[in-house]
Amino acid sequence: MRLNHFLTRHFVLAIALLALPFIIDALFGHGWVRITDFALLYIMLALGLNIVVGYAGLLDLGYIAFFAVGAYTYALVSSPQFGLHWPMWITLPLGALIACGFGVLLGAPTLKLRGDYLAIVTLGFGEIIRIFLNNLNAPVNITNGPQGISAIDPLQIGSFSFGNSYQWMGMRVDDVHLHYYLFLGFTLLVIFISRRLEDSRIGRAWVAIREDEVAASAMGINTRNIKLLAFAMGATFGGISGGLFAGFQGFVSPESFSLMESIMVLCMVVLGGMGNVGGVVLGGVILVALPELFRNAAGPVQQALLGKVVVDPESLRMLMFGLALILVMLWRPAGLWPSTQRRREFAADDSVLQQEQETVYDASK
Amino acid sequence: MRCRRWAARPQPSREKVGSHEKRHTRCRFFFVWIAQVIVDILLQQVINGLVQGSVYALVALGYTMVYGILGLINFAHGEVVMIGAMIALTVLKALLAAAFAPVLAVLLSLLAAMAVCMALGYSIERIAYRPLRNAPRLAPLITAIGVSIVLQNLAMMIWGREYHSFPLPFNSVSHQFGGAIVNDVQIGIVVVALIIMLGLMWLVHRTRMGRAMRAVAENPSAAALMGVDINRVISVTFMLGSALAAIAGFMVSANYGIVHYYMGFMLGLKAFTAAVLGGIGNLRGAMLGGVLLGLIESLGAGYIGDLTGGFLGSNYQDVFAFFVLIAVLIFRPSGLLGEKLSERA
Amino acid sequence: MTQASDRLLELVNVGKHFGGVVALADVSLHIKQGEIYGLIGPNGAGKTTLFNVVTGLYQLDSGAFDFAGKRYTQCKPHLLAQAGIARTFQNIRLFANMSALENIMVGRHLRTHTGIWGALTRHAAARAEERDTVQRARELLDYVGIDRAHQTLAKHLSYGEQRRLEIARALATEPKLLALDEPAAGMNATETVALKALLQKIRASGITVLLIEHDVKLIMGLCDRVAVLDYGKKIAEGVPEEVRRDKAVIAAYLGGEVTETPRPQAGEGLG
Repeated sequence: MRLNHFLTRHFVLAIALLALPFIIDALFGHGWVRITDFALLYIMLALGLNIVVGYAGLLDLGYIAFFAVGAYTYALVSSPQFGLHWPMWITLPLGALIACGFGVLLGAPTLKLRGDYLAIVTLGFGEIIRIFLNNLNAPVNITNGPQGISAIDPLQIGSFSFGNSYQWMGMRVDDVHLHYYLFLGFTLLVIFISRRLEDSRIGRAWVAIREDEVAASAMGINTRNIKLLAFAMGATFGGISGGLFAGFQGFVSPESFSLMESIMVLCMVVLGGMGNVGGVVLGGVILVALPELFRNAAGPVQQALLGKVVVDPESLRMLMFGLALILVMLWRPAGLWPSTQRRREFAADDSVLQQEQETVYDASK
Repeated sequence: MRCRRWAARPQPSREKVGSHEKRHTRCRFFFVWIAQVIVDILLQQVINGLVQGSVYALVALGYTMVYGILGLINFAHGEVVMIGAMIALTVLKALLAAAFAPVLAVLLSLLAAMAVCMALGYSIERIAYRPLRNAPRLAPLITAIGVSIVLQNLAMMIWGREYHSFPLPFNSVSHQFGGAIVNDVQIGIVVVALIIMLGLMWLVHRTRMGRAMRAVAENPSAAALMGVDINRVISVTFMLGSALAAIAGFMVSANYGIVHYYMGFMLGLKAFTAAVLGGIGNLRGAMLGGVLLGLIESLGAGYIGDLTGGFLGSNYQDVFAFFVLIAVLIFRPSGLLGEKLSERA
Repeated sequence: MTQASDRLLELVNVGKHFGGVVALADVSLHIKQGEIYGLIGPNGAGKTTLFNVVTGLYQLDSGAFDFAGKRYTQCKPHLLAQAGIARTFQNIRLFANMSALENIMVGRHLRTHTGIWGALTRHAAARAEERDTVQRARELLDYVGIDRAHQTLAKHLSYGEQRRLEIARALATEPKLLALDEPAAGMNATETVALKALLQKIRASGITVLLIEHDVKLIMGLCDRVAVLDYGKKIAEGVPEEVRRDKAVIAAYLGGEVTETPRPQAGEGLG
């Protein structure tokens, strides 16, 4: 009953999503389907981070580490590196589990730290993971160091591999299309989980902690455990998308997991609209598409206007991207599509300041 | 340890006794030599750490001042350091080509870098932060990231992707100091950094502007009611921090002899780590954190191999710094010196 | 004579200091089941500190307190809330960007159990619990008299409504002891009268009330017993009439010593 209702309501959307890779393929070419696949991975990541930053209000600058853990887990047990070729229904959950473990490991001692201290600790953690990945090729070769791990098995269910092309009813379905559907499925799952959690006892506890941690604890919320839960959930999503990334790309190396990647994911969350699933999805789409658009535009536009390429297209594209970030935030400080709460609030989020002042005030009593 | 184990071994025959004694003295020599080497390395690492730490401290001060007043992580600060280095490089090259006296050329290029960076810091605040002063807390963080990306790519366009060598117009003489070597540039860095820090403390604690800064850090609205021009104080803070960044940029370039468009990123990150280590918002904390981080890094890089039995090499230098940071924050959640309000600037 | 068993909360030589400043010095007092207990004293006397100690926000430095038959020296806020102490804050601390209803639903957190699995599957028990939570929250809004505002964000409520919402949120945790830190502060006369009625209603429902208040009229008209704190020490305790005539209390309020802090509100009533 409910499923039916859901389907009729979202019929058009469902059709559009199913047809999307072929439309993109026809209009913009194969490369853009691939970009769409990456966009879905990033959306999954951003939704995971949204639980940590958007709901629970914990600023995490090292989120990509969990993505890295998921990706390397997949890479290590499904590649010639150790000669292991585990199937994806073991590898993906394993990656999620290990990422979750890392989340708890990092969160347990550090979650009592206040906002910006937590930010720098998570940032440090992200760098630590990356540096270890970069250097664990000696004395025992585990990660293959900066070269990374290649020839990773494609995502595969039984004998059906997402890395191949198939002919169906006279239609050619390529690997990028298949991955699209797989990632779409996972993304919808993550969206579903996010929305269910948001509107639940746990979700309310997260938001309460974001709003006022002291009051939340006085209301009987075990703030440490609930924050840890947010951290673990976010890490789990990161781990899953990491595994998918490794299987899709067939290759992982430490440079895919730099601080800049963490920052990009954070930008998606904040620019789209923190705490709002729709906003985060929008942020993910924009921040993946924008640099690509600029990449395609930066060279040819110069050529057309000036007759030659004056400045390096690559840096011009990133320059425009940086400018876009600044302008969008100036234009809409609460994000492009803020949650209803945030939109109504819009103005100062000075509860942190107030809190501090009150602590000082209380202490002096 | 080894010597003693040899000595304790039962001696099977008379003939071997002599050789054992000889070996014993050889062992002692060896031990003394090793100790000497360790002390020399230690001294050298401490010197390197102090030099690097002084630079961190200067950059960290920029982070901490802005944080103390606005509660904002000025993510673009590292790029300001890089711009300072680039400007200094360009001006210095031009002046040397125009046959200026070396000392004059160095001074002028440093001043030029400071001037440009101050203008840059001022503009960054006006364009990217001021309009968002009442926005949700993370909005200015994103614009800061945007500014950082813009500056980095602007620098890449202007100065290219290559490493530039930084021309020092004089010979940096190396001195033997104990078993370690220290050169003029390194001495200069530590001395200048020290003078600047003392000057900053004087400025913050003894002048009218400094008092206004402390007042705004403590309570912006109360300070405004008392007639402090908050906008001006914030602008001055940004310009001060940027001037320090320019000096730091010059120092790093002179020390390593290399300038690169990407140099600001990691440096900024480390300096921010240093500021948090000392207790962000706290001037003395930033200085202490900077110097400590420099020392930890260089000592860590020097000894990490021995500590882990060769498992981890010096390429784990950065890991060491972050581990120390995490450990410190777990046990002292507000940094080493804390965020004492009265100490803030 | 009071039996130990009808003492809900008992403080035994509780001490708390901040650096060199003594905020609470050897305070002993007890609150009986079902009474309204007033805590008064000049500004800076340690009232809020006492609140923060018994609700776990501060850890005490010496002594201990018993609540509902259990002894505490160190305890986390959420465990004390679990044990049955709920509080409001002197400068209202609602979840500003959540609706009034959601604020109270957060208060139900403690007495509900749906976890991740329940949230995801929304199985029958989880749905029932969620329905119950909404139901109870609406009842409580009604109970404190702001039911028409349930969709309004907490920060958009009027001052008096915010105070009431905070009380409703505390009641949602099903407390044995409701600790209110200056609930009438900033209220006008009409609102104060309504508050008094609300507190009497709460007490009648069997909940013990601990009240910090500056409005002496409210205290005198409402409390069964009153304790007076001054410089972290308990200087008097008893029924309101007794305390009002106590010499030490009069001295504290009328300035038996030189203080910088003005003590206007309380002074008028007690003089």
